[in-house]
Amino acid sequence: MATSKRSAASKAAKNGSARGNNNRKAKPFKSPLWELRLYVAGMTPTSIRAFENLKRLCEEHMHGAYRIQVVDLLERPTLARGDQIIAVPTLVRRLPTPVKKIIGDLSNTERVLVGLDLRPAGGWR
Amino acid sequence: MPRTALKKKETKSSLSSLVLEKVPTGIRGLDQVTHGGFPKGRTALVCGGPGAGKTLLGLEFLVRGALLYNEPGVCIAMEETTQELVTNMASLGYDLPSLIRQKKLAIDYVHVERKQIEETGEYDLEGLFIRLRAAIEQVKAKRVMLDTIELLFLGLQNEAIVRAELRRLFHWLKDAGVTAVVTAEMGDRSLTRYGLEEYVADCVLVLDHRVTEQISTRRLRVVKYRGSSHGTNEYPFLLDSQGISVVPITSLGLDHTASVERISSGIPGLDAMLGKKGFFRGSSVLITGTAGTGKSIFAAKFANASCARGERALYFAYEESPSQILRNMNSVGLHLEKWIDRGLLHIHATRPNAAGLEAHLATVYNEIQEFKPSVVVIDPVTNLISAGDLLAVKAMLTRLIDFLKVKHITAMFTNLVFGVSVEETAVGISSLMDTWVVLGDVDQGEEERMRTLTLLKSRGMSHDTRMHRFTLSNKGIEIHGNK
Repeated sequence: MATSKRSAASKAAKNGSARGNNNRKAKPFKSPLWELRLYVAGMTPTSIRAFENLKRLCEEHMHGAYRIQVVDLLERPTLARGDQIIAVPTLVRRLPTPVKKIIGDLSNTERVLVGLDLRPAGGWR
Repeated sequence: MPRTALKKKETKSSLSSLVLEKVPTGIRGLDQVTHGGFPKGRTALVCGGPGAGKTLLGLEFLVRGALLYNEPGVCIAMEETTQELVTNMASLGYDLPSLIRQKKLAIDYVHVERKQIEETGEYDLEGLFIRLRAAIEQVKAKRVMLDTIELLFLGLQNEAIVRAELRRLFHWLKDAGVTAVVTAEMGDRSLTRYGLEEYVADCVLVLDHRVTEQISTRRLRVVKYRGSSHGTNEYPFLLDSQGISVVPITSLGLDHTASVERISSGIPGLDAMLGKKGFFRGSSVLITGTAGTGKSIFAAKFANASCARGERALYFAYEESPSQILRNMNSVGLHLEKWIDRGLLHIHATRPNAAGLEAHLATVYNEIQEFKPSVVVIDPVTNLISAGDLLAVKAMLTRLIDFLKVKHITAMFTNLVFGVSVEETAVGISSLMDTWVVLGDVDQGEEERMRTLTLLKSRGMSHDTRMHRFTLSNKGIEIHGNK
């Protein structure tokens, strides 16, 4: 069930990617720098999934204008305090401000886009 | 034969190793109520309404652990920032920054704000675990406090994940071998709003702050303590400049030893009436009289005599300020200032209705523990009635008298009576007293009023039962013969 859903999601993502390119041409970003930080605790299936989801999403929606930093809290536990991390995985949008946080494996693309302010809440298509 | 003896010894020691180990909290009175403290290596739950003192109790557990038992502590604060906690504890006389510098305490402020967080897909709270682990390692903590962990329910949407993770957290704390305190808000139908007692059920304390007739009392109760006996009453507790103190004096029972030593009342004439020797040490003395019969002077004389012997006296004044007492006593030739200067006399003056009856008892208890007097004066006991009903006053006095007797402290209570019947004590406490002195005055028409003194009872000694005349002058109290 989960796998079929995921493959469907990736299919949709592929379609979306083509459309996303068109969108970008129609309404280009003013080359903003997206600085994203993904906090994980070890290379668990959830954290790998979160990273994959994020990578795909970034390629689609902010191609070439983003930077992802993955912080493994098992290696650097003191960093959890600074960004007030309690759940993992947590995605923190450090730039552009204001800082935004999204927790979970980022499997719901729609909600991630809303969370990152890439899409207004309530739907856009 | 020696073999069986050895065997018996072995079983005994192995049994004692099975008994639940406890960690003393160091909080005054709480260790008595819990019969030794919190369960070692387990988690205790402290619940109560807002402002009940949960955070302070938890923090004091950490601070006292660090200061008294060399057990460093970690506080995960979800409600208040580190700075706020530092300020709050400073008001109780604790210096948190210095403990943090000495690596005896670590505070991690965990902020969870639902509005700032979007949730999508699976997650766990490993981030919180990592922070807790890092803090524990930083100070090598033996004690942990989570305040208030249930804020996670407000901050995160997925309650199923939060519940599963909390369960894991409490297991993890047990494995880590730390003794933990978790605070939680009181719920409507359950002990805590989110049913935390489901996870933490070894030791549950409930704090309560209630106001009856405009007087507030804080109370503490041990609802549950798995594997241990504990006091089951509601115990009043105080929050003052020295932190929390629980008052565990319930009736201590009647197994105190009675002293045969006699101490002077401070008035030669009265000593003469008391079998020529004075009161028994550790006895309780009641002085009743109508207004203006000189009850306070008898009390002051008694305190003065104690100081003159080099014994400390503690004077609870519920009607007059210390300076007023000192001035008034100077007029009868009693100069008490010198005893205050030498640290032998301490006057504690408050209005009885400034706090609840239980709070008064707690104050009296604390003052006695601190000052270690051999003589205590309560002047007047009547005024305590304004702080509670008659039954409560009597119950409180019973506890106080038991406490004093165990400590071999001789106590004098004064009591104002109205009307003609001198044998009527407003509080109905005369049965608790060993010695009862009744003061009165008789109108003699044109002459001045005559003051009288009767020794109504004095347990365990032959005493003078006649009514005596006495006069007050700048030389003090003089008792004349039978009238």
